[in-house]
Amino acid sequence: MESLSNKRKVIESKPLSLWERTYLPAVVKGLAITLKHFLFRKDVTVRYPEQKREFSENFRGMHSLKRDDEGRERCTACGLCALSCPAEAITMIAAERKPGEENLYREEKYAAVYEINMLRCIFCGLCEEACPKEAIYLDGDIVPADYLRKDFIYGKDKLVEAPLNQ
Amino acid sequence: MDTREIIVRLVLIVVIFLISLVIAMYSTYAERKIAAFFQDRVGPNRAGPFGILQPLADGAKMFLKEEIIPTNSSKFLFIVGPSLAIMTACIGSAVIPWGQQIQIGTRMYDLQVTDINVGLLYIFGVVSLGVYGVMIGGWASNNKYSLLGAIRAASQNISYEIAMGLSIIALLMVTNTLSLKEIAAQQHGWHWNVLYQPIGFLLFIVCAFAETNRTPFDLPECETELVGGYHTEYSSMKLGFYLFAEYINMFVSSAVMATLYWGGYNYPGMDWVAAHVGPVVGPLIGMVVLFAKIFLFIFFFMWVRWTIPRFRYDQLMDLGWKGLIPLAIANIIGTGLWITFVK
Amino acid sequence: MSIFYFIAFLSILFAVLVISAKNPVHSILYLVLTFFTFTVQYILLNAQFLAIVNFIVYMGAILVLFLYTLMLINLNKDSEPMKTNMVKIAAVLGGGCLLVVVVAALKVVGVSDPVLVRDPNLGLVKNLGKVLFDEFLLPFEISSLLLLSAMVGAVLLATKDPKIA
Repeated sequence: MESLSNKRKVIESKPLSLWERTYLPAVVKGLAITLKHFLFRKDVTVRYPEQKREFSENFRGMHSLKRDDEGRERCTACGLCALSCPAEAITMIAAERKPGEENLYREEKYAAVYEINMLRCIFCGLCEEACPKEAIYLDGDIVPADYLRKDFIYGKDKLVEAPLNQ
Repeated sequence: MDTREIIVRLVLIVVIFLISLVIAMYSTYAERKIAAFFQDRVGPNRAGPFGILQPLADGAKMFLKEEIIPTNSSKFLFIVGPSLAIMTACIGSAVIPWGQQIQIGTRMYDLQVTDINVGLLYIFGVVSLGVYGVMIGGWASNNKYSLLGAIRAASQNISYEIAMGLSIIALLMVTNTLSLKEIAAQQHGWHWNVLYQPIGFLLFIVCAFAETNRTPFDLPECETELVGGYHTEYSSMKLGFYLFAEYINMFVSSAVMATLYWGGYNYPGMDWVAAHVGPVVGPLIGMVVLFAKIFLFIFFFMWVRWTIPRFRYDQLMDLGWKGLIPLAIANIIGTGLWITFVK
Repeated sequence: MSIFYFIAFLSILFAVLVISAKNPVHSILYLVLTFFTFTVQYILLNAQFLAIVNFIVYMGAILVLFLYTLMLINLNKDSEPMKTNMVKIAAVLGGGCLLVVVVAALKVVGVSDPVLVRDPNLGLVKNLGKVLFDEFLLPFEISSLLLLSAMVGAVLLATKDPKIA
């Protein structure tokens, strides 16, 4: 059939000539190409632990629980993130804010325990979208490796953002 | 041969043995580094500066790994296999002349373990013996993949030995001697054999690739088809011995090629240098030159490995029997005509 | 001389092991060792060329091929055909006849004079080559023709008949 785009290339496979059949020209050509890489090309490796490649803007890494302008935890333990999570990685226990804790928690209800199982999490970002208080974001680093399964259940100690004034 | 000479020989044997081992060790490092550079990578760089201690780490790992001997293997032969492989690899270097005679005190000593007058055939014999280690190991493993690898190794080695032998015959017609010492001495002053035997050298290097089981002829250990080839069942240092034997073989065959075809320890202007630095340093410089040539060949082995894909088995046999052997015979006839009519 | 007796003892020991070994692969490996002791004997006789050729051709090539075939056919006790009593009796008779012939022959020959080698360096490559290509040129060339015909035969067997294929 006639090509409409005119981009079709017809490949001719002629039988190899005697000189080509010695493999020598192809071998020499190949050696020249690899030598070019050996001598002139710079390596493309990013030396990872010392040197990190920038993440793209929509990269989703480890979760962090945010604080507001005054350093109070934004999370109100509504449970929408846990509900939206397709991998059921999030659990939490809610508690009522006591008088005198207004500088710690923004709302009257807060998460006393907030746990994410990083082995279950698929980093889909649905928790981020579900949160009405803009309290959780997946803006952290890659979750590090560990030896025990229990060490992958991250509590508030690892998740909550550092306080502002410290 | 008096006591002093025997002591010198013993020292030489030990030194060459150690050098072979160190070079084989660092060949593993060089292989990984060079492969990395060919592929625009970095290569091992964690153990020590530039990863220079990597071979030691590898060695420690090899020694400390669990050693598994398969239940249904033939245990004695399973151990004999790798031992034989590394032994045949090591004894090849005995006849290589590492330099001219060196003067210590008032006496001259050869920088060669022994100069037997069938030296070239000795190397050829050792090479042909090398296949036993692979075959015995492959058979003793009692594993189909190992057996297939062993069988491939055997038929490949025998096929390429013929072409190698024929290319050596053409070389012998030029040199008129089998002693490696004399062959090296003859090449003094730009009479390098590669200039007289370019086709012979090409044949020899292709066969050397096949005999050392290096890519593109590494079919005995071809991962894509045979899991691990003849050393599928091996672990720990026994596997290490097989891998090590490959690198020692590479070192020895590089030394043989440098000696037979590329002038050995000879280099341009060596008489002038020798006259200026004296009878001790002169031969040592020659030795350094020989090692430089050897390293170039080892680099070439690796260069080819990271360039050319593996042959298919029928292509391998095709190349050996229908390509190299007729070419080697033609080379013998051509050399004969050249000696008769031109020389 | 003591080296000779030691090596000779080893040769005979390994040769006996070749026939007594149960596993055919083991017996091939003993055969390799036997040939290796032969190589040592040749070296002791100052026949370096013969030694190294024995090494290359027998140990390095022919026995590798033996081993190759044996590995492929995988002989073991189950697949070995049962020997009938007839065969056993015939083997004993045959072996006995051979023994009688050998003993009788040795008795008739008696002790021959030790062979005198005129030139102790005859086994070196140069001298051997001169003898082969001068004095014994005709037998040498005839044996090479024999090898050539064997080679042609092998090629003929290996090539497919174009009409059939």
